[in-house]
Amino acid sequence: MKLMLHVAPGIVRKPIVSSVILETKALINIERAKVDAVSGEIVVDVDLDKCVEVKRAFEERGVRVVLLENPIIKDDDECVHCGACISICPTGTFRFEGSEVVADAGRCVQCASCITACPQRALRLVLK
Amino acid sequence: MSEINERIRDGSVRVVTAEEMPELVDELGTQGAVREVDVVTTGTFGAMCSSGLFLNTGHSDPPIKISKAWLNNVEAYGGVAAVDLFLGATQPSEDRGDEYGGAHVMEDLVSGRDVELRAQGVVTDCYPRSELETTLRLDDFNQAIMVNPRNAYQRYAAAANSTERTLHTYMGTLLPRYGNVSYSGAGALSPIPNDPDFEYIGVGTRIFLCGGQGQIIGPGTQHLPQNGFATLMVKGDLKEMSSEFLRGATFQDYGPSLYVGLGVPIPVLNERIAEKTAVRDREIVTEIVDYGVPRRARPTVRRVNYEELYSGVVDIDGAEVKTSALSSRHVARKVASALGDSIRRGEFLLSEAVEPLSGVGRNNPVRQTKEFLLVGDVMSSEVVTVREEINIKEAARMIVGGTFDHLPVVSADEKLIGMVTAWDISKAVASDKTSHISEMMTRKVFIASPDEPLELAARKLHHHKISALPVVDKDHRVIGMLTSDHLSRLYGRRRRSK
Ligand code: SF4
Ligand code: SF4
Repeated sequence: MKLMLHVAPGIVRKPIVSSVILETKALINIERAKVDAVSGEIVVDVDLDKCVEVKRAFEERGVRVVLLENPIIKDDDECVHCGACISICPTGTFRFEGSEVVADAGRCVQCASCITACPQRALRLVLK
Repeated sequence: MSEINERIRDGSVRVVTAEEMPELVDELGTQGAVREVDVVTTGTFGAMCSSGLFLNTGHSDPPIKISKAWLNNVEAYGGVAAVDLFLGATQPSEDRGDEYGGAHVMEDLVSGRDVELRAQGVVTDCYPRSELETTLRLDDFNQAIMVNPRNAYQRYAAAANSTERTLHTYMGTLLPRYGNVSYSGAGALSPIPNDPDFEYIGVGTRIFLCGGQGQIIGPGTQHLPQNGFATLMVKGDLKEMSSEFLRGATFQDYGPSLYVGLGVPIPVLNERIAEKTAVRDREIVTEIVDYGVPRRARPTVRRVNYEELYSGVVDIDGAEVKTSALSSRHVARKVASALGDSIRRGEFLLSEAVEPLSGVGRNNPVRQTKEFLLVGDVMSSEVVTVREEINIKEAARMIVGGTFDHLPVVSADEKLIGMVTAWDISKAVASDKTSHISEMMTRKVFIASPDEPLELAARKLHHHKISALPVVDKDHRVIGMLTSDHLSRLYGRRRRSK
C-alpha cells in the first residue's frame, strides 16, 4: 500500500522515516521524495498488514498521511490508446491489453513523466 | 467498379479490413481473394500537423471585411476575402499557449461547444465595420470545410534520442541515451501502403475523414512517392465529423496538433490489388532516426519494420529499447471498421478517380538566402599546414610568420592527424624536452566541415573551450580554419549594423 507523507516545516530535518522503521519494524520502501528546506512530500510503499501501524506512527510525529489507492488517473474519454505513456513510465504502469492501453495504477510512483508525455492530456496525478 | 457499387447499394458487398486481408490471400490465393472480397478498408489515426479548416462566418450587419480573427484566442488567417477564415491545427492560443490551439478549436466545434469569435476589419465603403465579437457553434457557420495539405504519410521515420537530455519533440517525449523509440503510422492498416502504386487512389477518391465522408483532392505537400513517402491532400465537411475520430492534442514543448482519423476503401479490382492489400506489418519498413542531432538530415540508427515496432521492444546496439506509438492502432482499427460498416449499410459508395496521383513528387530543403551562415562562408581558406617531421624551430617560425596561433599537422596524403598551437611550442621550448612536432601535437582534434551551420561550430568552440577548429573536407583534408576571432568579428559587425 502506498502512502503519501506530507512533512510539515519544522520537522523536515528530523530522521522521521528511520525512527518509524525502528519503532514499527516495518519494511518501508521510499519510492519518491521531494524534500527541500521547508517541507517535503514522500511516497512510501508499506506492506498491507503494517500499513495502519505505520500510518499512526507517522501521524504521531506530526506528519500528515494520505493513502494513495490510485496515484494516477487515466481519463478514458480522453485516452486514444496511442501508448505514448508506455515507454515513458519507469515503473511499467501502462500496458496494452489487446489494442487498448490499461493502467496498473498501483505501480505508479508519481514521478509525473507521463503527464506531459500524453498528447491527449488524459493522465492526472491524484493529490497533486 | 460499378459492379461493386451495385453490390454496395443492394447490400451484398463483401468488405474486410486491411488487417484481415493477408490471411485471406494466404488461404484463397489472389485469384480467390478477387472473387470473394469486394472492398478492403484501411485506416489510420494519428497526429497530422498539416491540417486546417476553412470557415465562412457569414456577413454581419453592418458588414465587416475581416483582416485578423481569433477563435477562442487562437488566431485564424483572415486574409481570404471578407468572411472566410483559415484556422491551422498547430496555431497555439494567445492565452493558454500550447495547451490549447487550432486543433482544440476544431474538436470543440465538432463536440458542439461554443466558440468565441473576435475579429478586426479593414474599413471600406462596402465594409464599414471595424470590429466583431460573437459566440458561435458549428451550426452557425455557413461552411466549415477541413482542408489538410498533408495527411496519411505512407510511412514515417521513428524517433530516438542519443543525447544525455530528454527531448520534447513532435515525435513525443524522447528519453536520453536511447531510452525509448517513438513511432507513428498504422502499419499494414495505413491507406497508402495498401495501394502504393495508386491503382485506385487518386484525385477525387472518396474517403473516410474524421467520421464523415471526404475526398482526396491531390497529392499532399512534400509528396515523395519515389522514396516511399507519399502523402495525401484531403478535404471534408467538419459538420459530418465526430470527436471520436478528431482530437486536439498537445506535444509538450512543441505545440498543438490534430489527431485525424482517415480511411480509404480499396476495391479489389484485380489480383495486383489483392496482392498489395495483403501487405503485412513486417513488410512495411521505416527507419529509426536520431533526433539528438539538430540537423535536417538526421542520422539513421537502424531500419525497423512495423511488426518489430508493435512488439514493444526493439534492439539498438545490443540493448532492448521500449517502443511506443503516438498514433493509435486502436482507433485506426475503429476507422477501418466504421468505414466498412458504412459501406455495408450502403451509405458509402466508391468513386472513380478523376486523375491518378502523381508518382513523382518533390521535398527539397528550403533555399536559405539570409542570415544562415555555414562554416565554409566564414572560414579562412588560406591555411598553412605542416608535416609531423618538422622541428620546433620551423614550426615556431611558421606561427610567427603566419596568421594563426594554430598549425594543423597533416600526413603525407594531406590528411589531418593533429594540431599544434603556439602554446604547445612555448611549453616544449620551456621544458627543453621535445624537439619534434609529433611528440607535442594534440591528436584528438575537434573539427568542422564547410557545410556545417556556423551556429553549431560556434557552440563546439564554446563547449570545448577552444579557439580554433580546422575545417576538413570529406576525405579529412584540411581546407580551412575557423577561429573564435572570425566569430567575434562577424558578430561584432552584425551588432553594429543593427
Ligand atoms: S499517452 Fe495518453 S492517450 Fe496515449 S495511451 Fe497513454 S493515456 Fe492514453
Ligand atoms: S507518474 Fe511516473 S510512475 Fe506514475 S504512471 Fe506516470 S510515469 Fe509511471
